[in-house]
Amino acid sequence: MSDERTTEETPIDASQVRYDQARYVENGQYEPLLSEKDLTRVAIGDADAGEDGAAKRVDSPLPDDLTRDSLELPELSEPELARHYTRLSQMIYGIDSGPYPLGSCTMKYNPKFTEDVAALPSAAVHPDRSGQSIQGTLELLYRLQDYLGRIGGMDAVTLQPPAGAAGEFVGIRVAAAYHEHNGEGHRDEVIIPESAHGTNFATAALGGYDVVSLPSDDDGRVDLEALEAALSENTAALMLTNPNTLGLFERDIEEIAEMVHDVGGLLYYDGANLNALLGRARPGDMGFDVMHYNVHKTFATPHGGGGPGAGPVGVVEDLDPFLPAPRVREAEDTGEGDEVTYELFDPDHTIGHVHGYQGNWLVLIKAFAYIARLGDAGLADASAKAVLNANYLASQLEYDVPYEPFHHEFVASAGDQDAADVAKRMLDYGVHPPTTKWPEIVPEALMTEPTEIESKETLDRLAAAFNAVAEEGDGTLEDAPERTTARRIDQTSAARNPRLSWQALADDE
Amino acid sequence: MHGSHETGSPYAPHTDDGRDAMLEAVGVETAADLFDIPAAVAFDDEFGIDARTERETRRLVRSILERNDDLTELLGRGHYGYYIPSLVDHLADRSEFLTSYTQYQPEVSQGFLQALFEYQSLLVELTGLDIANCSMYDAATALGEAATLADRVRDTSGHRVLVPDLLREGRRSTLENYVAGTDLAVDTYPTVDGNADLEALEERVDEDTVMVYAENPTVRGTIEENLSAIGESATDAEALFVLGSDPVALSVLQRPADVGADVVIGDASVLGLPTSYGMGLGLFACREDYLRQVPGRLVGASEDATDRRAFTLTLQTREQHIRRERATSNICTNQAWVALRTAMHAATLGSTGMVELANRGVRRADELAQRLEAVDGVTAPVHDRHHLREFVARLNQPAQEVADALEERGFAVHVVGEHELQLCAAGVTDEQLDEFATAFSEVVR
Repeated sequence: MSDERTTEETPIDASQVRYDQARYVENGQYEPLLSEKDLTRVAIGDADAGEDGAAKRVDSPLPDDLTRDSLELPELSEPELARHYTRLSQMIYGIDSGPYPLGSCTMKYNPKFTEDVAALPSAAVHPDRSGQSIQGTLELLYRLQDYLGRIGGMDAVTLQPPAGAAGEFVGIRVAAAYHEHNGEGHRDEVIIPESAHGTNFATAALGGYDVVSLPSDDDGRVDLEALEAALSENTAALMLTNPNTLGLFERDIEEIAEMVHDVGGLLYYDGANLNALLGRARPGDMGFDVMHYNVHKTFATPHGGGGPGAGPVGVVEDLDPFLPAPRVREAEDTGEGDEVTYELFDPDHTIGHVHGYQGNWLVLIKAFAYIARLGDAGLADASAKAVLNANYLASQLEYDVPYEPFHHEFVASAGDQDAADVAKRMLDYGVHPPTTKWPEIVPEALMTEPTEIESKETLDRLAAAFNAVAEEGDGTLEDAPERTTARRIDQTSAARNPRLSWQALADDE
Repeated sequence: MHGSHETGSPYAPHTDDGRDAMLEAVGVETAADLFDIPAAVAFDDEFGIDARTERETRRLVRSILERNDDLTELLGRGHYGYYIPSLVDHLADRSEFLTSYTQYQPEVSQGFLQALFEYQSLLVELTGLDIANCSMYDAATALGEAATLADRVRDTSGHRVLVPDLLREGRRSTLENYVAGTDLAVDTYPTVDGNADLEALEERVDEDTVMVYAENPTVRGTIEENLSAIGESATDAEALFVLGSDPVALSVLQRPADVGADVVIGDASVLGLPTSYGMGLGLFACREDYLRQVPGRLVGASEDATDRRAFTLTLQTREQHIRRERATSNICTNQAWVALRTAMHAATLGSTGMVELANRGVRRADELAQRLEAVDGVTAPVHDRHHLREFVARLNQPAQEVADALEERGFAVHVVGEHELQLCAAGVTDEQLDEFATAFSEVVR
């Protein structure tokens, strides 16, 4: 992008931005399915070749009554597969493709070198290896626990939960075990603000709790009177994110913590918005007892099309004995030589496992590398620029932003337009749209989080896309998107007539 | 702390001029002025984490991980270290796959949606069941989700889920956490010679049972011989029959649909991932009857405005972001990229390759067992069953002693009893297997 297009005097003209996503069409379809390129049925064992349409037969060392008759999958050459998957990749928009201000998801750039360190051959260890033979793995886990504890202001950290929602589940299970241990097993309610992430509600329900929904006050924060009314001796925990999903800092957090603790409840921190606080404030200092970290958000591990992530959980000292087993610690007996050794151990009152082994190890390596690369200065700079970027972007928009002062994300309202249509049209301008229609406090919500990775020039281009769409009529919006691989997709028929496999498609024809 | 390119985040591309113009537009002097944090809870200290260059960070991680011993792993129990074709790494690492998020805007996500649709289709073929979701975290969490599914779909009230007494600790413990918020309790049935004790199982199954879980192959590598009977006893009690397996095993073993399985769970990452310290990919497939109760994401086919086939996430009214506390599961971020890798690995193998990989697991386990049995004082395999990939060997001397001695010679094996080792021949080369057999004969008295 040339300099003159980025100066204030010559703002970016959205009409000059032309985006066309790759699109392959063959026999009237976008890139055909593997099954449409080939399906080869192989007969197994004694089954006669040719029977059941089998093209080939493979002998089995097992008796027939323990084996299946045949298997039918595509058999394609490596070049054919390379082209198939390359084409598929070209029909995807990622953070490396352009701006991706998907609110609450913290779509920040994923450093490339972290892929290389996670791919080191020394990282590939079997989970049943002896502790003595994987001191490197244990040391890295130990160091990451330590980093996360410092960043969150927490006394102890488990790395086992494989995603943010899994971390929430650990938090809820740990809270339950803690109350049970203290003879307070009667606590059966979890309080959650209406604007909270849907996972909070689902997690509390999975943990067996009744959900008490908490309304917001007029300025978008926790309504203290409503909180007072909701709290009782049945309160197990209050789940809160701070800043909240409107990007607003819960200024009364000290009072909130006191109120929850006064009735014997625990305060749970949803780490989805932690990127706004790095080096500025810590959940532990605010009175939170337990929290999860979304490493794929805050610590830049790739979202991978929806995972894997990792959702480590930090707790204050009182909750430490209830964390999942096993955890990593420095071994008391360091053996010969000066090198510290590490060992796994089970906390005294552990809730047990929440994953078959130790969670998403390869993701944890990437998070460790990211934190080690940025250090104090880089982490604080990330939050400063994330907040600056959100505020700057909002200041450039023609859409109304009803709640402020916000931090890393804001929720604009599409007003008379349908937020979902706005999103589809934004795709035509080569940007990924914000999260739409949520939180419901804002009508036709456009929940926007640019993160720290965008320059002013990119934010200007993003604002131009927003503003171009704001001025477009309904007809254009309803016909959008035009420049993406697929045009507007019929969601209703997908749900009404579910076809979830190539076998189901074949049956349909 | 304003941060410049030198001292701040290396991934924030702001120039000084750009930053100043933004501050001016917003109407503040520094970014710190934008933080609305009460002084009492503001953090004005340091974490004490030094910043490093990329080169220094790479060196740091490498030096830490180099403390891991380079052992040849004959460990199995769900993680096998199969050779992963280079194609998988190179194509899965394309940044569009790696750096996109959940496909909430399907029009710009067709490639990933199609890859996940193909992954679901792979599981449908392998299990014979109607539907598969596009991933859970791992086998243990998938088992937990199967139990909560059973709790929802079973008409009559019931309180027990039955699992084999040999179930891995991590799976059992995870299952217990998943059912902790329900009225369900986990109970076991005995095994005999590695497989389900059918008679004892049939006695345990009653109207209070909501789910019967079996594995094929079992944790000891034996092939379960009574699957249909186990399924019948579950069905007679109106309990769900949940079967644990994996894509390689399913390529040759009895088709779950043919033995009455209602749900199949397992770890699909046996294809596509190295032994990643237990990182997994939860396989979840089930009968169509449970479509509206399935946990996790589903990719479906639809049409776009040009009437061409297009893919989209579907039936999202089951999911947490829509249904909140009434969702079928709290899962949101899953293992999508691992599912992509699994599908790619399976695609490189094709039907023949998948069957041959599984057959090879049978032959190599037999071959290694024979070689070890030739050593004085060794019984291998202990169980008089067919085996896939791994088996248990009995020794005259303490198993831990042998395992330690083998580790010193560069081999990792699993101790499963005072005098029992479990050995897996799946993820090693012929040469490594020869070296192991030699080392084994040297350390066994």
